[in-house]
Amino acid sequence: MVRTSSDGIVISPIKNGTVIDHITPGEGLTVLRILGIRDGTHVTVIVASNVTSSRGGRKDMVKIENREILKDEVDKIALVAPDATISIIRNFKVSDKKPVEVPQRIVGVIKCPNPNCITNTKEPVQSKFVVHPRGFRCQYCDSLISSEMDIGDYI
Amino acid sequence: MTHEQKNILSVRDMGREEIDKLLCSAAAFDRGNYTGHELDGKLLAVLFFEPSTRTRMSFSSAMMRLGGKILNLGSVEATSITKGETLSDTIRVISGYCDAIVLRHPKEGAARLAGEVASVPVINGGDGAGQHPSQTLLDLFTIRESMPIENIDVGLQGDLRYGRTVHSLAFALSKYNNIRLHTIAPDGLNFPKFIKEDLQDVGVELIVHDHIEDALPELDVLYVTRLQRERFPDPVAFANYASTYRITPELLELAKPSMIVLHPLPRVDEIDPAVDDLPCAKYFEQAHNGVPIRMAMLNEVIN
Repeated sequence: MVRTSSDGIVISPIKNGTVIDHITPGEGLTVLRILGIRDGTHVTVIVASNVTSSRGGRKDMVKIENREILKDEVDKIALVAPDATISIIRNFKVSDKKPVEVPQRIVGVIKCPNPNCITNTKEPVQSKFVVHPRGFRCQYCDSLISSEMDIGDYI
Repeated sequence: MTHEQKNILSVRDMGREEIDKLLCSAAAFDRGNYTGHELDGKLLAVLFFEPSTRTRMSFSSAMMRLGGKILNLGSVEATSITKGETLSDTIRVISGYCDAIVLRHPKEGAARLAGEVASVPVINGGDGAGQHPSQTLLDLFTIRESMPIENIDVGLQGDLRYGRTVHSLAFALSKYNNIRLHTIAPDGLNFPKFIKEDLQDVGVELIVHDHIEDALPELDVLYVTRLQRERFPDPVAFANYASTYRITPELLELAKPSMIVLHPLPRVDEIDPAVDDLPCAKYFEQAHNGVPIRMAMLNEVIN
């Protein structure tokens, strides 16, 4: 079975696993990094970057065979790809599909960019960020990861 | 009142009403309106992980004036911290020895972490380049002794990038009506972008000046902070800035007669000692105001 996307690129379907679609263009590799899929992986992965989106514009897409991603992984992906959709595939059929949601409070996911923040020490404390109109605010030192910064660098 | 409400960690957390209540309470203490037994039998742990004279001594003075006693951490070198104990564990343990903690720490957010793990109220005595609410409250108290805190122009001069006192003061002033903030700082030492944006978000008018002479005629308050030599890789550049940003009696002739000069101290060269005798020089009164403000804070969180 093959499927042809609207811009003519052929992307094989997967039998079981996860499809992450409508990823912000250029963030597909960040999504792989969030999922811990790196050089030397044995996981079957398909990555499409800067393909035409059915919603207009461009998007990245990631398909992962034989892996259903977890809630905390979805929360992390939401930070770099807030418009992404996650589809769980079982026996070539979509068994569940939903958009990601950016949580209002993000615990233990983002590293504070302030090297002098107490969360960047040996203290047994998880980072805590809240969503802010201009990005994400550290609840300890008030530093802001602004929308202009690449949040993938801090995950 | 919940445990969370009893901490004083940042002026960002405080509402105008809460600030005004503490200022009024401090004014009463300053007039001698207290028995000296308000905090009888209470113990304050003073945990200072970096050097301080004014903050540590004024908290100690405030506690003792209200009848309480002090547990002093002493030098960090003589404690379990040198054995590698975390701040979290230190705070948990010392919580059991006292009724409140004042923490000074070099890391930003340390006080908030302490507030999460402590079983007694925590007051932030300054954390890194972050918050220093007791300094800010005494700054506001000193301004309020000279003029109402509204419809005024406040100049902030010096190291505005790393200076926690000016960050805290700017946010506290933003809670009052019609405040205009004038910044006067060397290149690279003005407010960080996120602080500027945060202040603009809450409606503060920020005016950037290259020269103190341009700002002075407009100001009701000039708040001077120390330029730290270590921020300048080039000693010549530091010397140039230090002379450019020095407040002298001659310079102050440009200011309104009613303008006041504040400084969180210690000063080095940024204010000529000849200014000390002028009526505008309020920085020593400002330092003395640390005691009634801290009496108000301790009375609020412990009682």
